[in-house]
This record gives sequence, C-alpha cells and structure tokens, in this order.
Amino acid sequence: MISIHLILFLAFGAVAVAGAINLLAQTHPINSALSLIAVMAALAGEYLLLGAEFVAAVQVIVYAGAIMVLFVFTIMLLNAGVEERTNGSRVAMMFGIPGMLLGSLLVAWVVLRHSGTEAVVVGVLPGQTKGWGDPATVATLLFHEFLLPFEITSILILIAIMGAVVLASKPTVEGGEPPKKVRS
Amino acid sequence: MVPLSYYLVLSGILFACGVTGFLIKRNIITIFMSIELMLNGVNLSFVAFAAHWHSLAGQVFVFFVMVVAAAEAAVGLAIIIAVYRTRETLNVDQVNLLKL
Amino acid sequence: MTPNLNLWLIPVLPLAGAAINGFFGKKSSRTTVSVIGLVFCGAAFAWALTAALRFWSSEVPYQEYLAHWIRSGDFAADFAFYLDRLSLVMMLVVTGVGFLIHIYSVGYMWDDPSYYRFFTYLNLFMFFMLTLVLANNYLLMFIGWEGVGLASYLLIGFWFTKDSAASAGKKAFIVNRIGDFGFLIGLFLLIQHFGSLNFVQVFDKVRPLSVEAGGAGLLTTIGILLMFGACGKSAQIPLYVWLPDAMEGPTPVSALIHAATMVTAGVYMVSRSHVIFERAPMALTVVAIIGTLTALFAATIGITQTDIKKVLAYSTVSQLGYMFMACGVGAFSAGIFHLMTHAFFKGLLFLGAGSVIHAVGGEQDMRKMGGLKSYIPVTFGTMLIATLAIAGIPPLAGFWSKDEILWQAYQTSWVYWLIGVITAFITSFYMFRLLFMTFFGDYRSVQVDDHGRVHSAHGHDEHGHGEPHESPMVMLAPLMILAVLSVVGGLVGIGNHFEHFLAPALGSGEVTQAAEEGASHGTEFLLMGISVAVALLGAVLAWVLYVSKPYLPQRIAAKLNGLYEAVLNKYYVDEIYASLFVKPLIDGSTRVLWQGIDRKVIDDSINDAADGARHVSDNVRHMQSGNLRSYAGWIAAGAAVVIAYMVWLGVGR
Repeated sequence: MISIHLILFLAFGAVAVAGAINLLAQTHPINSALSLIAVMAALAGEYLLLGAEFVAAVQVIVYAGAIMVLFVFTIMLLNAGVEERTNGSRVAMMFGIPGMLLGSLLVAWVVLRHSGTEAVVVGVLPGQTKGWGDPATVATLLFHEFLLPFEITSILILIAIMGAVVLASKPTVEGGEPPKKVRS
Repeated sequence: MVPLSYYLVLSGILFACGVTGFLIKRNIITIFMSIELMLNGVNLSFVAFAAHWHSLAGQVFVFFVMVVAAAEAAVGLAIIIAVYRTRETLNVDQVNLLKL
Repeated sequence: MTPNLNLWLIPVLPLAGAAINGFFGKKSSRTTVSVIGLVFCGAAFAWALTAALRFWSSEVPYQEYLAHWIRSGDFAADFAFYLDRLSLVMMLVVTGVGFLIHIYSVGYMWDDPSYYRFFTYLNLFMFFMLTLVLANNYLLMFIGWEGVGLASYLLIGFWFTKDSAASAGKKAFIVNRIGDFGFLIGLFLLIQHFGSLNFVQVFDKVRPLSVEAGGAGLLTTIGILLMFGACGKSAQIPLYVWLPDAMEGPTPVSALIHAATMVTAGVYMVSRSHVIFERAPMALTVVAIIGTLTALFAATIGITQTDIKKVLAYSTVSQLGYMFMACGVGAFSAGIFHLMTHAFFKGLLFLGAGSVIHAVGGEQDMRKMGGLKSYIPVTFGTMLIATLAIAGIPPLAGFWSKDEILWQAYQTSWVYWLIGVITAFITSFYMFRLLFMTFFGDYRSVQVDDHGRVHSAHGHDEHGHGEPHESPMVMLAPLMILAVLSVVGGLVGIGNHFEHFLAPALGSGEVTQAAEEGASHGTEFLLMGISVAVALLGAVLAWVLYVSKPYLPQRIAAKLNGLYEAVLNKYYVDEIYASLFVKPLIDGSTRVLWQGIDRKVIDDSINDAADGARHVSDNVRHMQSGNLRSYAGWIAAGAAVVIAYMVWLGVGR
C-alpha cells in the first residue's frame, strides 16, 4: 500500500502544488516565474514515475529550460516591477473564481468516486516494461501514425518564430500620434 | 502503487491554480505563466492516462502540447513587448484601447 | 579500338572561354578579352583537327560517354558524343570558320563599348553549336539547338538599346520556337515508338521497317515534324521571316550564325535523320518542295533589296533551299557538300560586306556606295572570288556543290532541276548586281533614290573620315583565307570523292542509287554546261543593268510598278503574318486573358473575399469592451460550463 511510488508521488505532488500556490501568492513576477520552474521540475519527476522518460526529458529541456528562460528574459527586459493594486473585473470575481472552484471540486469528486483504486503500473525501475516510454518507441509512434501533426506543428513553430520576430521588432511608423503612454 | 485518480486530482489542482491566477493577477506576464501552469496540469493528466491505458498516444500528444505552448509563449511574449513599447505598462487593466 | 579522342574538350573549351570572359571580361582590357576568346576557340579548332586526323580513316562511328544524365525506366539520354564522318565535316566547318570569324571580330568590334560581351556570346554560341553537332542523341542535340537559338537572340539584339535590334532578336527566337514545337512533337513520337532518342538505337530500330510508300504513316509524320523544326532553324518557308531581320546584329554575327553555322543545323539534323527520311518518301517530297520553293522565292526578293546585308540574307535563305532540295531528293551528301562550300563563300561575302560597311563608315545602303574597288582593293578581290563562287563559275567551290545538287535533282524530276537552274540565274544576277553597285561606277555618298526621296547618310561613323579606307589586317586575313577555301574547297567533290567519304555516315543513298545508273555522263556534262551558261548570263545582265546602262533599272521598275512594289516589300509576308497571327493573339490575350480572367475572375474574387471578411468583422466588433480581465472571466465561466456538461455526460452513462 505505502510503496515508494506513493511516497515519491506525494513528494513531487506537494512540491508542485506548493509552487502553484506560490505563483499565485507572489507579487513580483520573477518570483512567480521561479515557482513555476519548481512546478515544472516536480512534474518532470511525476512523468518519470509514470514511465515517460522522453516526455520528462523534454519537459525539463523545453519547458523549464527554454520557455521559462524566455519568460525570465522578458521580465528582465521589460523591467517588470511589483504589481500594483487595482480593481479587477467584476465578472471574474463573481462568476469566474467560484465557477472554477466548484468545477474542480466536482471533477475531483467524480474522479475519486468513479475510478477504482487500481494502480497505474509503470515506473522506471529496472526490469519492468522496457521500451515503453523511451525515445525510440515514442519516435516510432511519432513518425508513423502522427506524422501529419508532426509536420504541421513544425510549420506552426515556423509561423510562430516569424510572428514573434515581426511583432517584437522596432516599429517603423511614419506620421501619426502614438497612443497615449500611461507613465510620464 | 498510485491509483490513476490521484494523478488526475493533482492535475486538476494545478489546472485550478492556473485558472485562478489567470483571473486574479494583474501583471500580463504572470497571467501568461498561469496559462503555462494550466497546460502543465493538462499534460500530467495526458501522461497519466497514457500509462493507465497503455497507449503511447498520450505521450505523443504531450509532445505536441509542449510544442504549441512554446509557440504560444513566443508569440505572446512578443505581443507583450510590442504592447509595452507603446503603452509603457504591464498592467492588463490599462491595455483597454481595444474596444468597440 | 580507337583511343580516347576526348571529344568533350571541343565543346567545353569555348564554354570555358565564355565563362571567363563573361565573369571577368568587364574589368579586363580589350587585349585580354580578345586573347581569351581567340585562344579557347582556337584550341577547340586545334583539338577538332587532331581528332579529325586520328579519326579520318575510320568508317566506324566513335562514341564517347561523358556523364549520365537521364535514366527513367527504359529511357536513357546521356551526355555522350558521337563522331562519324558527317559530324566530322560539320565540326571542322564550325570550328574552322568560327575561328576565322573570331579573328575578324577582333578588328570589327574593336571600338564597341560592350566588346567583352560580344566575345562571351560568340564563345557561348560555339559551345552550343558544337554540342548540337557532336551529340549522340536527339535530346542533347536539342539542347544545342535551343542554345544556338538563345545565342542568336543575344547576338542579334547585341545593340539592344536600338528598338529594331531588340525586336529582331525577339522575332528570331519566337519564330525558332514555333519550329521547335514541331521538332519536339517529332521527338515525343520517337520516344513513344522507339523508346529512345539515341541515334544508334533509333536508327537500328528504324532500319528494318519497310518504306512507307503510301504516304501517311509514323515515319512520314516524324519526318514532316522534324522538317518543320528545321524550317524554323534554317529559315525555310514558312518560318524564314526572322533571317532578314536578323541582319540588325553585327556583321560577324551574320556571317557566323546566319550563314555558316546555325542555319545549317536544320540541314545537319535532316541529314542525320536520313534513315527515317529514306523510309518516308512523302516526307522527302515535302522537304524537296519546301527547299525548292524557298530557293526561288527568296532569290526573287533578293533582286530588289538595297541593303547589302539584306541581299546576302535572302541569298542565304535561297542557298539553304538548295541544301534542302538536295536532301529532299535523297542526295544528303550533296546537301552537306553545299553546306560546306556555302559556309566558305557566304561567310566570305558577309565578312567582306562588313569590311565594306567598315570602310564607308557604317553605311549599308548600296545606292550610296559605288566605285569602291579603287579604295578597298583587297576586299574587292576577295568578294569577287566569293561572288564567282556563289554564282557557280567553275572551278570555284560553288560550282561543284551546286552542280552536284542540280544533277541529283534532275534524276528525280526535271521540275526541280528547272527551278534550280532559274534560281541559279537569279542568284548570279543579284550577286553580281551587289558587286557592281558596290564596287563599280562612281562613289555616291549622298544620293537621291529611284523615287525622288533624299536620304541622308545615317549610320555609326566611328572614324569621322571622308574617304573610304581599307580594313586592318586582322580583318583582311580571314577574308583571304576564306577566299582560298572558296577556290579550292570544291575540288573534294570531283569524282564523287566527297560522297564516298560521307557514305559510311549517310548510307549509300538507296533512293538515288537506282536513278544514277540510268542517266549517262553525257547528260551530266550537258547540264553542267547549262548551269554555267545561265550563271554567265546573269552576270552579263547585271553588268548591262548596273554598269553600262544604269538608267535602265529605274525604267524597268517604273514599268512593272505593282510587281516591283510587291517584291520590294518582300511580298508583304511580314504584314500578312502580323494580321493573321500576331494581332489576333495580342487582342485575345488582352481582352480575354487579361481583362476577362485576370482582372474579373482572379482579382475580383480575392477582393470580394476580403470585403466579405471585413463586413463580418464590422458586425462582430461590437462585442469588445477593451477590458482584458472581463474577457478572462467570461472564458473561465464558459469553460466551467463546458466541463460540467462533459462530466455530466460521462457520469450519466
């Protein structure tokens, strides 16, 4: 019952949840970014527990290693400071948050109620299910059944790169008044 | 051994945190990070189901989700930078010219 | 067996010269450019000579494989070269006359600002022409075929800032292309039915086929299509219209491309395909009729032209008609013989004309020349030799080849022979007319023409001199060499030597074999005598009309006014083509394709799509309030509803 899997799961899960709540609690975006990195690392650990070695590695390399670095760079570039207090939207307060809370409680109850206690059988412990989450097996699937989505996502990335470059480059506007700046 | 439902609950908690942050926070970049948190929660549930039903398609899908998240982060941050250039603020309430 | 001849060097050396001059010529001095151009062309000629000397006695064709090109299923076409006696003759003519013209161009184009570009294009042309001649399959030959068309376009429009030159270049290329269309369809038929374009393979497959005496059949169709391609390249009816306009290019270009080499590519191609033509008598008849008619037709136009180069252009069309007449009656070797001698004397005539034009400072109208024989004696001497050659006076080269053609034509039908003799008379007449108008009489530098309009001398006067002067040695030397060749070049035809030399390549001429045994030597000498007599008659008539009684031509022209005007305007063929083909094409393109389809269908559909999108978004934009967090709130609420619905669905089951 209390196996090493459960302990590891709870440990990583706790780190993840803590990081998520910290992200909400912090006021300076850089602290939120670092908590998010912690969440991602914890999730990488969860993936390893589920036998998805390739996905875990990609999570660390791409998500934590690239996307979060991008976030941190942007925060530093824009010199983001501590958030100010302003009034949010009423819709968010009245409907959104309670709605989501209720929704997630409902989902959690249903899930716990209707799924059994049968365990998820995986792990990277030696001797078990070899060749299941490793790059070779994932790649075989990726390049056979999922070839079309793979190619399309590569085009997607290309478009995203072009879009990012175009949007972030210095504008060359001739004439006309730029919109009113908020500060100074 | 860990039942599938535990993974799903963890995933749900992360997702809920993400949505909350998305609604509460005022800094655009923090809102973006909440979106990333939501995506991570969803990824976890995908991998969990992949393990439960012994189908690697779940992991492949996680791969695609990460690609899309990366693309979205790149473009979104570029937009934020562009907006910052003109409006000099990262407060989402003050980027309100897009009306009517 | 035969050691490796390294044939590939022959086309590639001029290509290297073209590349070097093309990339580095702009910054190099004139001397460097000339040296590069001459060295590479001369090296090709020298190598061709060595290959010829080593291959001379062999009757078996030599093939050399350079590189793999197309391998598609069973079809293969490679970069490979083929040397037999036919391509040997062609190769020597092309490199030899080409080299002489390169030397001549050094002098002629010396003052031109785009000197290096000229030599680049000239070397490029040599590369393509040699590829055409040495190819071992129709496809590689077609590359050379198209390439010489390209080089011709570039060189005709060499002075492209002049509108008439640019249009002439376009006309040449486009009319050529029309012929190429027929050629291509012929090639497709060859691929379809024989599975290959390689000469050896195709001819091996065609040889066992029976003669299509009935008229319509596969080989006849292929033959006629190939002839159509040759009509475009070799300026026969109906696709000859580009050659007179091509005189806009510099004179060495006219000499090389439009007299000696490119226009003979059609004759070469037809001779190379003799195996096909010999089994398709109807196609051969078509070839002969086209050749004969063109010969006569072009000769009549040549009588009235006043531009010295235009006379020579129509003369070229006419002489090419002779070559096709020869091929059409099955005497392919006679056609090639005439090709060779024609390269000598027509090349000489053009280069001489260039020397005359250079001497009088750019004037090309013969009515403003005259009496030049005392000013430019060497040019006069060489042009006299060339005129005697083309008129067919023995023992010069033209006599032997033209007579061989007329003899072979006589054995097929006296009609061909009669038209050929009449054309010979007219040829002699207009060539001596050219000679007399240019070199005899008084020097008329500003003159009133036949109808009373005064022309002022316009033309590029590079030297600003008043008196005509002889050309420099670098231009005269090729003239003298070609004159020698025009004198002795025909002697290889005595005793059917040339025909026997080419027999391994061109077959024994089964079509004419039977006929030859029937006629006797006596008839041959009689016909020879008749053709010499008409040549002399033409010369005498020209003397009378242009030297002793120069007022006569005007009176005759006035009397036959309508006919004269028609001939002077080239029988209005260009105008007919313009209204029959060009105008409808341009009108159709403008009204239907541009305004109808491009504007109305394509542009309008895109504009309408954009407008539609704009209308839709105009209506939807009212949903935006600008506050991002309310949007976020709505998204979250909506997501919650959807998730709840899905969970309810899942639980309910």
